[in-house]
Amino acid sequence: MLDLKNVSVKYGNFTAIKDINIRVDKGEIVVLLGANGAGKSTTFRTISGLKTPFKGNVLLEDDLIDNKPPDKIVKQGIVQCAEDRKLFPEMSVQENMMMGAYIHRKKKNKIKQTLKEVYKLFPVLYEKRKNPAGSLSGGQQQMLAIGRALMSKPKLMLLDEPSIGLAPLIVEQMFESIKQINKEGTTILLAEQNAHAALSIADKGYVYENGNIVVEGSSKELFANEEVRKAYIGA
Amino acid sequence: MAAFFNKRNIVVGFILLAVIFPFITRNDYFLHVMTLAFIWMIAVYGLNLLAGYTGYLSLAHAGFFAIGAYAFGLLTVKAGFGFWPAFLLAPIITTAMGFLIGLIALRTKEHFFAIYTLCVGYIIYLVIDKWEGLTGGVRGLIGIPAPSSIGPLTLSTPIAQYYFVFVILLLVIFVIYRIIHSLTGRTFIAIRNSEELALSLGISTTKNKLISFVLSTFFAGIAGVLYACFIRFIGPDIGNLNITFDLLTYMIVGGIGTMSGPIVGTLLIVWLSQNLQFLQDYRMLIFGPLLTLMVIFSPRGISGLFALWSAKRTRKLKPKTSNVEEQA
Repeated sequence: MLDLKNVSVKYGNFTAIKDINIRVDKGEIVVLLGANGAGKSTTFRTISGLKTPFKGNVLLEDDLIDNKPPDKIVKQGIVQCAEDRKLFPEMSVQENMMMGAYIHRKKKNKIKQTLKEVYKLFPVLYEKRKNPAGSLSGGQQQMLAIGRALMSKPKLMLLDEPSIGLAPLIVEQMFESIKQINKEGTTILLAEQNAHAALSIADKGYVYENGNIVVEGSSKELFANEEVRKAYIGA
Repeated sequence: MAAFFNKRNIVVGFILLAVIFPFITRNDYFLHVMTLAFIWMIAVYGLNLLAGYTGYLSLAHAGFFAIGAYAFGLLTVKAGFGFWPAFLLAPIITTAMGFLIGLIALRTKEHFFAIYTLCVGYIIYLVIDKWEGLTGGVRGLIGIPAPSSIGPLTLSTPIAQYYFVFVILLLVIFVIYRIIHSLTGRTFIAIRNSEELALSLGISTTKNKLISFVLSTFFAGIAGVLYACFIRFIGPDIGNLNITFDLLTYMIVGGIGTMSGPIVGTLLIVWLSQNLQFLQDYRMLIFGPLLTLMVIFSPRGISGLFALWSAKRTRKLKPKTSNVEEQA
């Protein structure tokens, strides 16, 4: 479904990612592991069109997307749920959700249907639909960020560190929800530092180090890999 | 008491006050000042849509105000258009110019956008000032017609013109209100909050920024037209940067990015200026610090302070409901 072929991205003279190859198949959950600054977020920014690769290609269903503007890429079915859960704090929960459905803004009935589905997935958002997004707790804000991304009915969702700064119990729920979203038909590419939780729901993974992919394999292989265990799982 | 200060009562109160104002003062000079203030408000609403809601500070606003005024002046005085055709055409001309300038200006961001539009504003001023063949240069344009009558309604007396401008102001506020509370308005706010975030939701920021810019020049154009037919003389000074910074002051003191800010700020500064006239240019010694204090202590201006105050009041009235927030 999504293919990154020899992608390199530069910020000025600094090469943030180098010759990255990633393949995501339909229906999978794929996880990117790595420390801060290893290049996971840059990869996401490149896929969603916020950054143009210096070298290499990004393909979505055999269609080149690396030179398209971000809004066109969203229309083609890739949505990014950004790190640090950027919301519109002064808008209500529901208004935030409606912004997520922006590309479908003319199909009112479809939006209503999607809204129902998302509220079913995150009932707490329905309860708080009239509250300003800024008044939600950390976990609820993350749910809203994911819910808002779902409103665009993506084929592929990019989730950048959904567990960051959340209490362990909430993290568990969050991964349950991600699994659920995947089951309902959305392919997911996930960047995480919480390797244990991420690998337990993922099909396969890539490990980043200083802008390179150093290890890749199925989640089983990564779990078994001695270096990965040492560096990211801690057992 | 707090219930009395709800939004609806305040709006109705203001409208009533404005309607009976001519009968309270019976003074043509005050009426003149007030009408002019209404015209500034329309321009400030345009600026607020772009700078306040979309986050793009344009310093060419007085330029567009002048384009509207001169378009109207030239159409009526030199091209021989009637009042109403010119009245409709002039804002359209302004908007078209706004579209062309916006196409280029919006390739820049933040302070670069401000600097770029500052230059655009100054160029508009220079063109008006130096192109004597067309605009009359420093001598200005005289003999611009006053509003002609609408059927049996004549618009020649100061009171009639006051109401005429007031009705247009109400229309402008209504339209702005509808824009802000529509999806387009929320799109502007999304761009102000974070352009990247807006992009990653599938919003074409290029298109929406242009819409906002063009709309803002449209309102500047309307204000310019009203100015031209109300004062009936225009000179290049109306396109000068001073006017841009006056409008900016009204907006910031009143409350940038608020619905009531343009009214509050304009009324306050215009009346303060009137009452401090004996100080001449030393008035700036009062406005300067006022502006600085506003920016430091209440970035959302007087309207922002009021909103904060009323939020605190409602919280006091119903304790325990709004303060309790779940911790996850």
